[in-house]
Amino acid sequence: MIYINKDVCNGCGKSKETMCERICPGDLLFRNKDKKADIRDQGACWVCAACVKACPQHAIELKLPLQIGGNGASLNARVSKGETIWALKDLKGNVEEFKIKSWVDRDKEGCPALIGEKADKV
Amino acid sequence: MVAVIPHNEIVLDMDKVKITRLKTDVLIVGGGAAGCFAASELKVNAPNCDCIVMEKAHIDRSGCLAMGINAINAYLNPGETPDSFVAYIKNEFMGVVREDLLYSIAEGLNSVVHEVEGWGLPIEKDRNGYYKMRGKRSIRIHGERLKPILAERAKRSGAKILNRVVATNFIFDGERVSGAYGFGIRDMTFYVIEAKAVLVATGGASRIYKPNNEGSARNLMWYSPWNVGTGYAMGTRIGAEMTCFENRFVALRVKDVNAPTGTLALGVGAKQINAIGESYLSERYECFGGRKCVTPYRLYATILEDKAGRGPCYLDISHLGDRERRKLKEDFLSMNPSIVLLWADEGLDKKLSCVEICGTEPFIEGGHSEAGYWVDVDRRTTIKGLYAAGDITGGSPKKYASGAWVEARISVKTIIADIRSNGKIRAVDESDIQNELQRITAPFYNHNQNSVTAREMEERLQKVMDEYAGGISTNYELNDKRLRLARDLLNELLGHLEFLRADNSYELVGCLEIIDRIEVAQVLVEHLFHRRETRWPCYQTRIDFPDRDDRFWLKYVNSIRDTSSGKIKIIKRDLQ
Repeated sequence: MIYINKDVCNGCGKSKETMCERICPGDLLFRNKDKKADIRDQGACWVCAACVKACPQHAIELKLPLQIGGNGASLNARVSKGETIWALKDLKGNVEEFKIKSWVDRDKEGCPALIGEKADKV
Repeated sequence: MVAVIPHNEIVLDMDKVKITRLKTDVLIVGGGAAGCFAASELKVNAPNCDCIVMEKAHIDRSGCLAMGINAINAYLNPGETPDSFVAYIKNEFMGVVREDLLYSIAEGLNSVVHEVEGWGLPIEKDRNGYYKMRGKRSIRIHGERLKPILAERAKRSGAKILNRVVATNFIFDGERVSGAYGFGIRDMTFYVIEAKAVLVATGGASRIYKPNNEGSARNLMWYSPWNVGTGYAMGTRIGAEMTCFENRFVALRVKDVNAPTGTLALGVGAKQINAIGESYLSERYECFGGRKCVTPYRLYATILEDKAGRGPCYLDISHLGDRERRKLKEDFLSMNPSIVLLWADEGLDKKLSCVEICGTEPFIEGGHSEAGYWVDVDRRTTIKGLYAAGDITGGSPKKYASGAWVEARISVKTIIADIRSNGKIRAVDESDIQNELQRITAPFYNHNQNSVTAREMEERLQKVMDEYAGGISTNYELNDKRLRLARDLLNELLGHLEFLRADNSYELVGCLEIIDRIEVAQVLVEHLFHRRETRWPCYQTRIDFPDRDDRFWLKYVNSIRDTSSGKIKIIKRDLQ
């Protein structure tokens, strides 16, 4: 499941769809009537983190449902040019950070699918 | 029932469904690992060939690779040859594989991996510049962004990408496929795409069986929950021959979060131990091959331990130091982040020692196991104009992502040659277009006391399959009587299809998916019914025929659905 911080989410302004809505492989996200991102059905989420990585505001966190022992820990991710940077937080507020290589600029043609609709216009 | 919030922008108004007609040379159905690679391959080798990719989600993060992967498990490291690769897989699958297909994959593996590396995929290397081996046929990668890297190539190739268009059926005149229909869920548009050749590159089928967890954790499964077997259903509806559906795939995974056990067993040498600390594969199952047993036996042994009262079973990682633990977390983040969350839920300061493992529900697919289209070595299906690559292709298991790329390459080569000699598009019958539009939009009109939602149908399908067609609750065991019941209940379920209802495009896709899944389940049950032996424990365990019978069953079980009666005919084919 995911947690969308509604104070941070700006609904991706005037863009046709929110970036999370654009990317979710299960088509679970949408812009609600308050112009914020929302999820239709937490139980249908695959916990793939596509939305977490795509959110320009970093407003989305990954969580686990209580059913399988979810206890409040959360995972955030941001995507830089060559790395994916993760922040893992437990209930006590301890944070562990990871910077993991995820792309090498071999053909000098630019970075694939960073964020946003620009990525669709290559 | 889980309440589904309606999509605020989509209005239920049939008059707003537009029809858009497109023509192209090559239509690729499914923009996953195989589809993206195929689009790039086609435009590189035949730049003048028009190409459309039809993708149900967004190609940047769709299909099996949406989360990323941390290893390429089909690669020939030094010392391995195409012959040794084929021999290994033949042994893993108890002799019933298509050696011709596997050989063609093996020959192409290394070059496709090098190609994708050139596109920007980071691959770990040792001091001498060689790939870091994880196993004889496995290399370590930093693959979190593998799908966006592939998608970028498909986009840059010049192929036209149709995101959020769900394929519904092939355009078929009884003889030849000449395109496909799709429903655009964002633009409420019915697409009629005519093509000289169609490559089906969709995924396998998940959510057929009741999953390990339900409700809020029901889609935390191994295979992508949105791979629902649409490519299979579209193929069987036009009478395409399918093979090896009874070779289901059941993954041995980390309990509840479905993280890969290979990352622990292959990656850091974790041993499988039971609840009393025995390394049970070597201590109790030398008869299966001990720690070197073939994949289904790792799972089978785990289930036997549970039955004997020595469960739960674990992968032991207590030998890892702090640096290795951190590296392990990094590996999982690039592939399946939920296990790292599970650990954090127990507290980041807690030392990791053992990870509980269990089997998933069964899946139908052709990348790890071998359910799929019956194809020739050039990846032509049995229907003219239709080609297949990736998880949808049968008989060639353990090809994984890199094997899907090879199949994409082979199929594209065939398509280019074939359309040069037969380059005409046949006209579509206008009544076919209207019939298909009516079929797929029918759930919009069902609003009465009898109507059912896709989710209700899913619960019924999963219950029937779990109880009568060898799901988790029966330890994957099958028998004649239960399979007959499954057959009857699935037939009954088909009768409910006319009551499916949808209020918006999201729900409509759910309805189309459940129809596809029920049809796949029917084919599956017939295959399971007809293999009267036990060839692959857990994948296909017949308690009424408990032994492997090489005299009668070194054969492929294939099927063809009759296009008019809908009946499924089983064909036994000799090994080739």
